[in-house]
Amino acid sequence: MSNHKNHIQQRERGSVVKFLAAELKPKGKIFSWFNIISVPVMTLGVVLIVIRFVKGIGSITNLDQEVPWGLWIGFDVVTGVAFAGGAYVLTFIVYILNVQKYKSIVRVTVLNGFLAYVFYAGALLLDLGRPWNVINPIIGNSFGVSSVLFLVAWHFLLYMLAQLIEFSPAIAEWIGARRARKILSGMTLAAVIFGITLSTLHQSGLGALFLMAKDKIHPLWYSGFIPILFFVSSIFAGLSMVIFEGSISHRVFYNKISEKNRKSHHGILHGLSGICAFTMFIYFFLQVIVFLHGKHWDLLNTRMGYWYLTEIFGFVVLPMILFFISYRNHRITLIKIAAIITMIGIIINRLNVTVIGYKWDAAVPYVPSWMEIVVTFTVLFAEIWIFRWVINRMPVLSDSPDWVREE
Amino acid sequence: MGVDRRNFLRALGLTGVALGTGKKLGAAESQTDKEDEFYGILYDSTWCAGCQGCEIACAEAHGLTPPEIEDVPEVGKKRVADETRRTVVNAYETSQGEFFVKTQCMQCAQPACASACLTKAMYKTRDGSVIWREEKCMGCRYCMVSCPFDAPKFEYHSSNPKIEKCDMCFDRVKEGKLPACVENCPAEAIKFGNRRELIAEARKRIAEFPGMYHDVIYGEHEAGGTGWLYLSAVPFGELGFNTNIQKKPYPELTKGFLYSVPSVFVLAPAVLLGIHTATKNNNNQDEENE
Ligand code: SF4
Ligand code: SF4
Repeated sequence: MSNHKNHIQQRERGSVVKFLAAELKPKGKIFSWFNIISVPVMTLGVVLIVIRFVKGIGSITNLDQEVPWGLWIGFDVVTGVAFAGGAYVLTFIVYILNVQKYKSIVRVTVLNGFLAYVFYAGALLLDLGRPWNVINPIIGNSFGVSSVLFLVAWHFLLYMLAQLIEFSPAIAEWIGARRARKILSGMTLAAVIFGITLSTLHQSGLGALFLMAKDKIHPLWYSGFIPILFFVSSIFAGLSMVIFEGSISHRVFYNKISEKNRKSHHGILHGLSGICAFTMFIYFFLQVIVFLHGKHWDLLNTRMGYWYLTEIFGFVVLPMILFFISYRNHRITLIKIAAIITMIGIIINRLNVTVIGYKWDAAVPYVPSWMEIVVTFTVLFAEIWIFRWVINRMPVLSDSPDWVREE
Repeated sequence: MGVDRRNFLRALGLTGVALGTGKKLGAAESQTDKEDEFYGILYDSTWCAGCQGCEIACAEAHGLTPPEIEDVPEVGKKRVADETRRTVVNAYETSQGEFFVKTQCMQCAQPACASACLTKAMYKTRDGSVIWREEKCMGCRYCMVSCPFDAPKFEYHSSNPKIEKCDMCFDRVKEGKLPACVENCPAEAIKFGNRRELIAEARKRIAEFPGMYHDVIYGEHEAGGTGWLYLSAVPFGELGFNTNIQKKPYPELTKGFLYSVPSVFVLAPAVLLGIHTATKNNNNQDEENE
């Protein structure tokens, strides 16, 4: 009797290994244009990362004593996390407001968010001079609780966990673990509530990081309200990313998407454009208040002033109007255009606070080296690789297996 | 300035060791456990001769490289501290003639760097030094971003990089010695002692020689007060100081945000759960898919 059981278990284990081995093999074309571009870049990036660890951060970056944070923090971490904000916004809409319309894109958004955090937090490790000490603030022998960075680091960790739980039913469905799926789905609501709370705090926390750099950031971008501005803009930054990523996935993974979800795609984009227009209006309003509060009229007529106006009118007001028009008139293409302009605007805004406006008056202004850019693309491509790998295997865009509905 | 005078003073600086040790730590020791009672250094730029004795002594005390012989303070040339030197002296042409100024980490009373550090590697000790602890630091450089004086420097070209900055010779002071620069300043422009007493001393000098000093002690209120205190004959802007430094301590800039965190953690989940329950019944047609 027990022999028989063992036998079955062994066979099951064997098949799990076989199953995983089979799933590890590439699916799809090997010589797609994405592979042809990304593989050489990633190879070069890995070489550069090795050089960085052997010879120090200065060997491949243009950072210096005056500008200690550059592209890796300003773009990979600060901008990347803003784009990953879609996950908390959508889980809020679907699980907290119970608006079922967006349910079909929650999984892919959470997956995107989770991977973004994994890779952008990973980029943070590249930027640490002494990464082996990263455990210090985690295991509790040196808690710098007065540090905003301490808060942000912990939130990254906990939020990744929350997102993993939110996503885990998809993994369970993939490997066919029915019991586990049931338990994990039961944890979704708690993870969502926890995750949204964490997101509110660390999206704003990324802005709060720069509060002490009061004398170093251009006054048009520095204010005590950076945390609030970062938080509000993360809403439409995240949703624009959802629109953008959704449109690309719709093309690339078309055959993965169920009939029902293909049909609902336009309705979803339309709804999201409304939310974007609305939150961008609030954001613009806040920016105006912050500007009036700062009383920097004289600075507008400078080079940085023109740049500031470009950001506000070209990349906030314009896409806001486009979102609004496309929402009124159901113009799907226009929504996508507005989303792209918004995303560029977010990149510009985050870089203005963290890199361009930071020590804008330095004798030798910081410009990232080509190697920093290659490493940034390496991180980005690696994330897309994993994303694609998961999409091709787990029920993310496609429907859950039948047994889920039977239960 | 003539190289001869410089070399002379340099030699003097090196022999000044013996001179310095006499006037040791003073009577303030017993009071250092009080919050506002800690060591500081009073630097009188009107006395400084620009000999670089402090630079040399500092480099030797901390195993760094002393300045090159041609690397001297000159008007119009801004030398800056970096990962190879914790302090530098610069020359400025001012409305009252040429003056020298030594710069280094200011040893803030409430340091931005220490409140920024998530590992407590940057740490304000009870006797007033702001020290860096190698075994804790993860090299994130957030201290550099936050310090209003750009004092911490990072070894960008090392696989095991350190943060370099003045720590008011924490180790030497612990042993009862004076900071290296204080001990080796032949002009006696640098005075170590209890911060409160140094402020009184600075005030006395200003009062006694009214024409000689600009009536401000830089560091008394800057960034909420710093351990290093400066006297000067001219407004500090003329000596390359940042005069926009706010008077409130820098950590206060993040206090509002950090204080709001616990309340968000308590309120947000409750509110979210409340909304969830309220909206659940309105749209429960899809419920079984949860
Ligand atoms: S000057 Fe900068 S490094 Fe020195 S204690 Fe103040 S904040 Fe810290
Ligand atoms: S670089 Fe080191 S000392 Fe500076 S904030 Fe980061 S962990 Fe602290």
